Parts: sequence; structure tokens; C-alpha cells
Amino acid sequence: MEFIKNFPFITIVLSLFCSVICYAFKDKKARFVTYFLLIISSCMSFSVIMYNLFSETGYFAYRMGHYDAPIGNEISAGLLEPFFALLFEIVIFLSITGGYKRLQKDVEESKQRFFYIMINLTHAALMSLCYTNDIYTAYVFIEICTIASCALLMSSKRTRSLVAATRYTIFSLIGSSLVLIGIVLLYSVTGHLLFPNIFETIQALWATGEYTNPLTIALGLIISGLAIKSGMFPFHWWMPDTYGTATPCASGILSGVVSKGYIFLLLKMIYRVIGPQIFLESGINNILLVFGVCGMIVGSVSAIRTSNITFMTAYSSAAQIGYIYMGIGLGTKEALLAALFQIVAHSLTKPMLFLAAGGLSDTVGGKQDFDSLRSSAHYNKPSGIAFAAGALSMVGIPIFAGFVPKMLFSISAFGHGFKTYIVLLALAISTILNVIYFLRTLVNIYSPAIVDIPREKIHFSKIKVFTVVVIVMAIVNLTVGLHSQPIISLFEKGIEIFINIR
Amino acid sequence: MKKTDFTKNFKEWYEGNLSFDEQLSHNVEDIPVEHKKDEPHHVRKKIRTLQKLENDERKATKFGYRVFSIVFCVIICAVLIGTVNFLPGFADANAPTANEVYEHYVGEGREQTGAVNTVAGMILDYRAFDTLGESFVLFTATCAVLLLLEKAKNAPVKKRETFTFSNDPIICLVVKLIVPIIIVFGVYILFNGHLSPGGGFSGGAILGTGFILFAMAYGEDVAAKVISAKAIKIITICSLSFYCLSKSYSFFTGNEFNGVHSIIGPGTPGDFLSGGLILPLNLAVGFVVCCTMYSFYMVFKRGRLD
Amino acid sequence: MNFLINYEEVTSMILFAIGFTMLVFSKNIMKKILGLNIMDTGVYLFLASMGYIEDKLTPIVPPTGEVNALDYINPIPAGLVLTGIVVSVSFSALMLALTVRLYKKYRTLNLDEIYEKCSKEDEEE
Repeated sequence: MEFIKNFPFITIVLSLFCSVICYAFKDKKARFVTYFLLIISSCMSFSVIMYNLFSETGYFAYRMGHYDAPIGNEISAGLLEPFFALLFEIVIFLSITGGYKRLQKDVEESKQRFFYIMINLTHAALMSLCYTNDIYTAYVFIEICTIASCALLMSSKRTRSLVAATRYTIFSLIGSSLVLIGIVLLYSVTGHLLFPNIFETIQALWATGEYTNPLTIALGLIISGLAIKSGMFPFHWWMPDTYGTATPCASGILSGVVSKGYIFLLLKMIYRVIGPQIFLESGINNILLVFGVCGMIVGSVSAIRTSNITFMTAYSSAAQIGYIYMGIGLGTKEALLAALFQIVAHSLTKPMLFLAAGGLSDTVGGKQDFDSLRSSAHYNKPSGIAFAAGALSMVGIPIFAGFVPKMLFSISAFGHGFKTYIVLLALAISTILNVIYFLRTLVNIYSPAIVDIPREKIHFSKIKVFTVVVIVMAIVNLTVGLHSQPIISLFEKGIEIFINIR
Repeated sequence: MKKTDFTKNFKEWYEGNLSFDEQLSHNVEDIPVEHKKDEPHHVRKKIRTLQKLENDERKATKFGYRVFSIVFCVIICAVLIGTVNFLPGFADANAPTANEVYEHYVGEGREQTGAVNTVAGMILDYRAFDTLGESFVLFTATCAVLLLLEKAKNAPVKKRETFTFSNDPIICLVVKLIVPIIIVFGVYILFNGHLSPGGGFSGGAILGTGFILFAMAYGEDVAAKVISAKAIKIITICSLSFYCLSKSYSFFTGNEFNGVHSIIGPGTPGDFLSGGLILPLNLAVGFVVCCTMYSFYMVFKRGRLD
Repeated sequence: MNFLINYEEVTSMILFAIGFTMLVFSKNIMKKILGLNIMDTGVYLFLASMGYIEDKLTPIVPPTGEVNALDYINPIPAGLVLTGIVVSVSFSALMLALTVRLYKKYRTLNLDEIYEKCSKEDEEE
């Protein structure tokens, strides 16, 4: 049973190894290696969750090398880390299976193996970001994640997606540079690179008041760098261009998984390096709260004003990430629980929306504006159903997965003084705005056509795999929405371990 | 001997006749006013004033943008220098970074890792996971560049892209003399990473430079026969797989609950074959770096690896 | 006034600020890439100056004999710089490959013009 402790390190190194193997293949057979990797990694992450649920401490640290921290490197796994690893693997698997047919059209034959290499590398980087206990390892794998996700966007044949990828690369580079200079300043003040040791040093320095100025600036730089990379307001305006012009599989992976990986690393920085006490004392949480609330409202308003279905979905991504930052900014355990559940709900829903939007625009030959897409749901029934399920989940209708985080946010908002009013007001306004643009689109795609363009009826026997994937995603969404209690109790246990272990 | 494109371009650039400089600077030019034939006079005057307002606004926006970026730079500079003010002093022996971690690396590094060069011992033994990630950053960049720029084998080569150095007598003569020395020097640095300053990254970069110069001087077709695309691919795959597998063995045996102990010991410090896995890992990293540098050059020049 | 003693760190911060401004505000893609490299150079200078301790030797210990750790400088920042250089090279290569592809299609290096041409293409579609 102790062998299960090896599993986190095996998932990381196996993903790296599989990317090298994919390089050896000449054509798209590389995808079987990726499927094999994702299935094995999911089983391994699931066993780690089970092992930690039934063990005494619920947490273990694993030495990467022959020496203990702080001399050597180490990774650690509690309950939250393998859960998010499992979530990311499931989402990546469903995205690449569902987006396969569209990938054949969007990416050249000879370049498809590079697409799968990049997916393996993104997966390896995300595993590392989940499990790492060292700040410089986190930086190296952030860079792998950035280059791999940029390459996923650039694999498309159209040069339009290259321009969008350039904008994404430049924003990501800005974020990475801020993280690097923050890490370097933090090292020069504390002298350690591993999370537990930095935590002790920061507590000691904050108590004596020595080096407070460089410490605050270093932590501020790291947090702002990670926030820029995950799309917090006001740095969200690369999103519509990037997600709107990439192939639906890549948009699903980027919006559903990659930005959440950075947010999880940000949570690790806040709770394992800075510590909740200093985080609340220094006031950084109020800045995150304000930006989260603004992001929710501005994202939704921009989504109402656009007339392109994928741009609208991308702006709604910005709004949903605003919810997560609002939860982090409130600072309590209940708010953190709500933010984590919002990550789960968004990761499961957004790829489904992107795949469905891709399927709908295929019926009209690639056009994405609302006028052309009227009545397209009748021509591609699975995409219509998927888009309906996704839209209702995003709005927050009770049986879907998107309802639970909104309920948890409302519960956690009470008891904060005037912040309660801000949070509840923001929740109300953004729900109304969500209803406006999502239900408008839903009605739009089912209403009769007004523009006379050639339409292609796609029967679901032609898109068997896509139909199956999309139905599975909708079922998972409903299951999480109806049976959310196991996940909530897992998160509650996991948050206790996450905040309190050293 | 035929005058090459290179010398012609150089001459044109030197004399200031090269025209593509214009595309690099976005000059704000005034948009000229065009009048239709039978426009009454007051309408023409109105169009002229409106156009002048628009030109002034464009110039002001560009000027405002420049001023804003300079102010931004000065503010960031001020904040960062203000931070430096509070940092520990330069070369201070009591700085927070001079703690027990570095004393362990230098003091016990020789016994535990077998490497005389403590930096090599640190990056390939104590903190080997970071270096694993770093080698894969190079691999990711290679794949991304291939994804963007690779052309099919039988794609037509455009005339503008047949620019070559191999007709130039200076480059050919100098490279014939220097490249053997560069390659031997690179191999020396690669093999001596655990005994003296050097190691995989520096040695690999020097080797890669040697091969690039060789390809420049002798022409890419000759270089492709020596270093074919298949060879580059096989070397990259083998080196990275070796790195993954050997470090997996090292991490697996590093945890006592697995019950397996490592058979690779530190060896005698100072010997050539010492340092445990450090020498093979240096070689693996060096080959990866060399192949990466060479593939960047070939893909940018020709669109293919050979 | 520590910044009169820490002049290496001050220089590295000035380089970082200049490089960062170039990366964010330049319209020309080549200047953005140059800004990225200048910024990374500033970070390496900062790391290298952090490792130095006065009057101590480089951390290459003799093969035999007693080793006193306090005679040598800190090797950790040197390892961090190695990783940083590799990351910087990889990013520069990626951005340059992107620049080559964009120039072949749009014949300009100015990002504003590229966005204008793209939006015109979108309208025509």
C-alpha cells in the first residue's frame, strides 16, 4: 500500500516520458499514447485520493532524490492536490476525444503529433504545479505550461489564430517575468526555496518587522504575475481573441484546465507560503476581492455586447474567473470552499460549451455570428443539447453543477460587514447579466432562421464520438450538481489539511 | 567568382539604400486630403479642418503613448530600487541566503555526491528535478518551433531562401581552421562538468555552435549528410528518455519505504568516473542542448532538420 | 542607504524595468523580444550578485582534504541562473519563429498594423 505514495511522481515523469515517445511517432498514432497516459494517470490520482482519505494524517511528502528538504527537492500530496489532478485529467481526456474530428480539419496531418506532444507536456506541467513543494520547480513548470499552451493555440492552419496566440504569449510572458522577479526577491530575503521553510522564515520576519518592504513587494509581484496569467480583470482581454480563434479542443483545455492550474498554484502560495494570517493582515485579499467583483461585472457586460458565440463564451470565462477571485479574496474557509467548487464546475462546463459552439458553427460552414447561427441547434442536435446544458449550468439553475458554487458563495458572504453587501450585490447583478446573454443565445440557436445561407444537417451517426463525449460531459455535470455532498466533504477535509500542514 | 547576395545586400545596407527599414518604424504621416471635383468651397474648408484635427489627434496619441511608457518605466524603476534599498547588503556574510543549506552543499557535497564542482552536484543531484524540467523546456521549444516553421520534404524552395554563406572565402577558411578546435573544446567542457567549471549546458552550447558553423561554411546539404534529421531525432529521444529513466530510479530509491537501495555510489571525488550519475546526465543534457541549438538554426534557415 | 552599496542590484533593477517596459509597450515585435532578453539579463545579474560573499572562493572544492564550507561562495544562485538562461533562450526562439510566420503573411513587424489587417479580414469573411 505504501507503493501508492510513488504515484504522484510517477504521473509527472510518465507524462514527460510519453511526450518524448510521441515525438518518435510520425503521424497521428501519437494520440493513443496520450489516451493511455491520461487513463493511467487518472487511475493513479484516484488511488492517491483513496489512500489519503483512509490514512491517519491524510497527507504525505515525497522526497525527490536522496535528501530531505531543505537540502533536496520534495513534492507533497494531501486531498486537494490529487483531486484537482484527477479533474484536470478527466477534462483533458474529454476535450481531446470530443474535439478530434474538428482537429482533423483545423490542424495539418504532419503537425498533429506535435499537438499531442504539447498536450502531454501541459499535463506534466499541471501535475507538477499541483504537487510541488518548491518555488523554483513551480517556476520551471510554469514556463513549460506557457510554451506548451501557446503551441496548442498556434497549431491551427489559419494565420488568424497565430495573431491571437502572439497576444496570449506576450501576456503570459509578462506574467512569468513578474513571477520570476518575485521569486528571486523572495529568495534573497528568506534564503530558502521550499514552501515549508519559506513559511517559517516569513512568519519570523513578519513578527520582528525586518525586511517587511521587500517581502510585501516580492509576494505582491508573484501574486500579480499568477493573476495576469490566469485572466483576472483587468488582464482578461486576451481571452476572447485567443479562445475564439483556436480549435475547440485547445480552447477547452486552455480555459478549463490551464488557467485553473495557475489559480491552484496561487492558492498554494497564499496558504502555504504566506500563511492565512499575514494574507489577511496585509490587505492583499481586498485587492483580489475588488478585482474579482469588477471582473464578474465587466466580463458579463462585454459578453452581452458581442455578437460572436465563441467570443461570448470566452468573456463568460473571464466573468467566472472573477467569481473564483472573489472567493479567494474573502479569505474564510467557506469562501475558499466555494471558490474550489467554482473551479470544478467551470472546468467541467466550459469545454462542453466550446465543443458545442464548434459543432453549431460547423452546420453553417464556420460562421460564428448569432444571425447565421439561428436554428443551427435543429441541424446538429447533440451540440444543441450540450450548449443548453452548459448554458443552464453557467447561469446557476439548481440541478446543474453551476448552482452549487453560487449557493456556497451566498452562504459564505454573511458575516463580513460591508463586504457582505458588495458580494451579494455582485452575485445578484452578475446572475441577471448571465441570464441575459446565455438564455438569449439559447433561444437564438433554437429559433427559425432569418439569413439565407447553406446549412448542413449533421446527423448524430456521423459524429458518434462527439455525441458520446458531449452526453458524458452533460451527465457528469448533472451528477456533480445533484450529488455534490461527497465532493463538499472531501473539500472540507482537504482544506483543513491544506491550511494546517507544514 | 560570382558576387553573392550577401555582399550585395551588405553594400546596399551600408550605403543606406535598403528599403525595408521603412516597415520597421511606424511613422505617423499626415493623411492627405482628397477633394472631389464639384465640392463647394465651404465644404472643402470643413473637410480640411476635420482632417487636420484627425492628424493632430494621431500625433498626440502617439506622443502621449510614448510619454506614458516612459513614466511607467520610471515608476517601476523607482519601486524596484526602493525595494533594493531594504535588501541585505551586497557580499554580506550574514545575508539570509548564507544559511545552513549552502553550507551543507559546499561542506558535504563532495562526500555525498562525489562531484568536486558543487554547482554541478547541486543541479544534477540535490535539485535534479528542476534540471529535468529545464531540459524539457528546451524540448518543448524545439517542438514548438518545428510546429510553426517545418515544411514538408518536397516543398518548393523559394529563390530568396537560397541565401548561403558557403561561397564566401573568409568564412570557409576560418571555419576550416576553427571548427575542430571548437568541437574538441566543447567535448572537453562536457566531460569535465563534475571536476571543473562546465557541464551539460555550456558544453552543449559550444558543441552546437561548432556544428552550426560547420553547416554555415560547408553548406546545409553537406551538413545534412553528417548530421541527418534521423540522427538528431534519435539523439534527442535517447538522451531525454535516459534522463527520465535514470532520475526515476534515483527518486524511487531515494525513499526508504520502497525498500530498494541505489547501487550507484558517489565514487572517489576527483576521478574521471566519479559523481555517480552526474557524468552520464551531463552528457545527456549536453546532447539535448546541442541538438536543440542545431535544429533551431536549420529550421529557421531551411524549414527542415536536414 | 543600502542602494549605494548594492549598486549591482540597482543596475539589475534598472535593466529589468527597461526590458519590462519594452516588452509591454513596444509596437514592434522584435523590440518586444529584445525587451524580454534585457529583462532576463537583469534578473541574472541580480541572482549572480546575490550569491557572492566577500573574500571567498568559487565553490570548486579540492578532491582531497578538509573542506570548510565558510571559505566558499553560495552555489545556489548559480544553479538558478543556469535554469533561467535556458528558459529565456526557449522563449526567444518561440517568439522569433512566430515573428517569421507573421511577417511572411502580413509583411509588417508592427503589431498595430497586424491587428488592423486581421480585423479587416474578419469583416470580409
